[in-house]
Amino acid sequence: MMKRKLVVVGNGMAGIRAVEELLKLAPELYDITVFGAEPHGNYNRILLSPVLAGEMTLADIVLNDLGWYQDNGITLHVGKKVTKIDRVKRKVIADDGKGNLTEAAYDRLLLATGSTPFILPVAGNDLPGVIAYRDIADTEAMIAAAANHKHAVVIGAGLLGLEAANGLRLRGMDVTVVHVMDWIMERQLDQAGADMLQASLESKGLKFLLGKHTEMLKASPEGRVGAVRFKDGSEIPADLVVMAAGIRPNTALAESAGLHCHRGIVVSDTLQTFDPKIYAVGECAAHRGIAYGLVAPLFEQAKVCANHLAQHGIGRYQGSVTSTKLKVTGVDVFSAGNFSGGDGTEDIVLHDKSGGVYKRLVIEKDKLIGAVLYGDTADGGWYFQLLKEGRDIGAVRDRLMFGDAFANNHVGDAGHAGGSKAAAMADEAEVCGCNGVCKGTIVKAIREHGLFSLEDVRKHTKASSSCGSCTGLVEQILASTIGGAYQAADRSTKPMCGCTDFNHGEVRQAIRSMKLLSMDAAFKALDWRTPDGCASCRPALNYYLISTWPHEAQDDPQSRFINERAHANIQKDGTYSAVPRMWGGLTTPDELRRIADVAEKYQVPTLKVTGGQRIDLLGIKKEDLPGVWKDLGMPSGHAYGKSIRTVKTCVGAEHCRFGTQRSMSMGVELEKMLFGMWSPHKVKLAVSGCPRNCAEAGIKDVGVIGVDSGWELYVAGNGGIKTEVAEFFCKVATREEVLEYSAAFLQLYREEAWYLERTVHWVQRVGLDSIKQRVVDDAEQRKALHQRLLYALQGIVDPWLERTEGVEAHEFQPVRVPADAAHA
Amino acid sequence: MSDWIEILKLDHIPRQGARVVELGPAGEATRVAIFRTATDQVYAVKDHCPHRGGPLSQGIVHGGQVTCPMHNWKIDLASGAAVLPDKGCARTYDSKVEDGQIFLRLA
Repeated sequence: MMKRKLVVVGNGMAGIRAVEELLKLAPELYDITVFGAEPHGNYNRILLSPVLAGEMTLADIVLNDLGWYQDNGITLHVGKKVTKIDRVKRKVIADDGKGNLTEAAYDRLLLATGSTPFILPVAGNDLPGVIAYRDIADTEAMIAAAANHKHAVVIGAGLLGLEAANGLRLRGMDVTVVHVMDWIMERQLDQAGADMLQASLESKGLKFLLGKHTEMLKASPEGRVGAVRFKDGSEIPADLVVMAAGIRPNTALAESAGLHCHRGIVVSDTLQTFDPKIYAVGECAAHRGIAYGLVAPLFEQAKVCANHLAQHGIGRYQGSVTSTKLKVTGVDVFSAGNFSGGDGTEDIVLHDKSGGVYKRLVIEKDKLIGAVLYGDTADGGWYFQLLKEGRDIGAVRDRLMFGDAFANNHVGDAGHAGGSKAAAMADEAEVCGCNGVCKGTIVKAIREHGLFSLEDVRKHTKASSSCGSCTGLVEQILASTIGGAYQAADRSTKPMCGCTDFNHGEVRQAIRSMKLLSMDAAFKALDWRTPDGCASCRPALNYYLISTWPHEAQDDPQSRFINERAHANIQKDGTYSAVPRMWGGLTTPDELRRIADVAEKYQVPTLKVTGGQRIDLLGIKKEDLPGVWKDLGMPSGHAYGKSIRTVKTCVGAEHCRFGTQRSMSMGVELEKMLFGMWSPHKVKLAVSGCPRNCAEAGIKDVGVIGVDSGWELYVAGNGGIKTEVAEFFCKVATREEVLEYSAAFLQLYREEAWYLERTVHWVQRVGLDSIKQRVVDDAEQRKALHQRLLYALQGIVDPWLERTEGVEAHEFQPVRVPADAAHA
Repeated sequence: MSDWIEILKLDHIPRQGARVVELGPAGEATRVAIFRTATDQVYAVKDHCPHRGGPLSQGIVHGGQVTCPMHNWKIDLASGAAVLPDKGCARTYDSKVEDGQIFLRLA
């Protein structure tokens, strides 16, 4: 079969990103031809500012070199401008400027023509020395001018203008920024923030003329631009004039082909123009009336467009909320959403003029709708996420201004510090303590491989890919390295993994509504891209199947992580550890004797008392596990699973002179009820017999504290990576109620949380109030949840006992090939 | 002379699973992981991840790859090579299946 032909007009970031996404989805579907007016491969336009500032070189910012086009079988025409689209014969015609024409036929056409700078319609705008700031040629012209001339004038104090001015200043020019408005960056900042930014830039040597209208550009005696004259009659010298007064979508080609354009090439949610064979992405496209000039939305468009071109047809682009960061080293500015306020909105403002910090949060009906940050932008990503998700901030409103760490009680969070911390860190400073990755390695990977997302950085450097506590810091490094191109990761809409476009929520929903009962059924129904998933999605899918359809869905041991398959914890040397269950932390002389005997018989090198009040036997050979379990004669402690782990107890009223309730027996009852429960992540409980809380119930998924009149329940605590104090849930009178409320809370968690989401993160995501409504306030629902958990756990058998009886024997027995055969 | 030695039956490895074969005298044996994919392809790879020596046999098998249980490196079973951006290679062995019996060649 003949391959279909795809022609891409525009060799920039949006067009090539769409091609990259397409190659990932359907590498064989199209013969691809790319036309680019510039004589380069695709480069990172956003990083022109660091190049101008002398912080990076042109070579650093190449995203796709010419070899990439070759390797992917793409025909690339550089230095050729497409001048005509023949929609009837479905071909484009390009001109190299010397009268040589190139034709290319298409089945699908992708327009990614970008934008053109707006050049003020004033006399002298065509003089030598008057340029825009758009591409490599402009940047080179500015660098050359800075070497030979003194006075630079930048017209326009937007993002681009300020970055150009800063770069020219660093290259030794005397720079004046001229702006028609009363304050700088008026589209991104309010006046207070802008004034602080201006003061900071002035201290770096920039000059500003605000409220000035340019009348004409005057020539010097040499015929080059020499001065700028304003409508008020004043004049300033200018050997170089940079026009940075805005951009216009480049629609000339589309218009000449009769495609509907209005403030850009008008596209649908699938990025198709009015001719469905023709797509448009990037700065040239107008989606729902908006032409985006920032890179994050363009990448989202590219992804949807590629999905459609690949004939998957399940992606829709629904517009983007954008955020801005200025890339001037040493100056932190962040803005997002609507910060101008208006009726029905309120402001929370922090303004520390001499400290150089300004923060303004705009709130409407308990939702964050806009943010301006100056000086300390560490929480930009968090605010942006709250804004995009439209989350209810009522509960954290009084702490909102102080950032994520404070509002969410992250105590001693290793991964979080002021925004300037990432930028100020030395290259040798360690960022990821798990994988030993330092800042320099991350920055180098971002630049060399053109990385844009947290996921990319994780893949290339392993930073933040283990425990995740440095995620905030890695995100900051990413943001400070690539500036405006950075987009905070958003798990609620992020696909589960590379095998699918569906996110966790959608997959759970589909498994429920379509009653999917096996991995294969899920792969088929959800159109998985890989035949049998990957190590990331398979365990998640398996959990969703068995938790949604207990006793009906098939558990797939091959889709479980080795620990859950072997029912023991793999150690760094490939041996295993086994933790037998001690209900509520209670044991007997007989059990202790058996543990001692097993340790001697199997030469267990290490015995350790765990934090969950039991004993860990470490360093057991895998083939010895069934024997160890048999000799122990104790049930599995599930210390290896995304499952119920332990119920920790204090001594309680049974012995303690302060005890008000019998905590040990309460703990044993809870643990027996929950035995064998699989969950999205590990689940730990604790029961204390009095408010002294010796069982540390305040940092458990469910913590129970006995008081004289009954029991207090706390939920969603966590003692791990980030210590999270559990929140008060409710108070109950009886032991039966403790069981019922705890079970209902955990069952809701099992049904709603995403795989690998601890209770604390689930509660933060859906809100404690919504959980209380269903578990505490609604008795009927609580009882139903409780019953569903009991039903799921019906007939659960001890996995260790089963395996001592021969289940899954192949898992534990190696095959031995004797020496003589091996040497035959 | 044939170097092929009989190892075990295909049925003795679950699909998307692996078994370990120990070659040589106990104590100093070489451990080779025999993988069976979802489509019944069989591969033999040294049970030692090129990253930090994790037992690949214990990983999750997907497509023609296994993910090491230690630090999630992905290893291509046919070549033994780590999947980019990780770099490294595990030794592979020739294997074949005849009449439901797996053979390994040691050379």
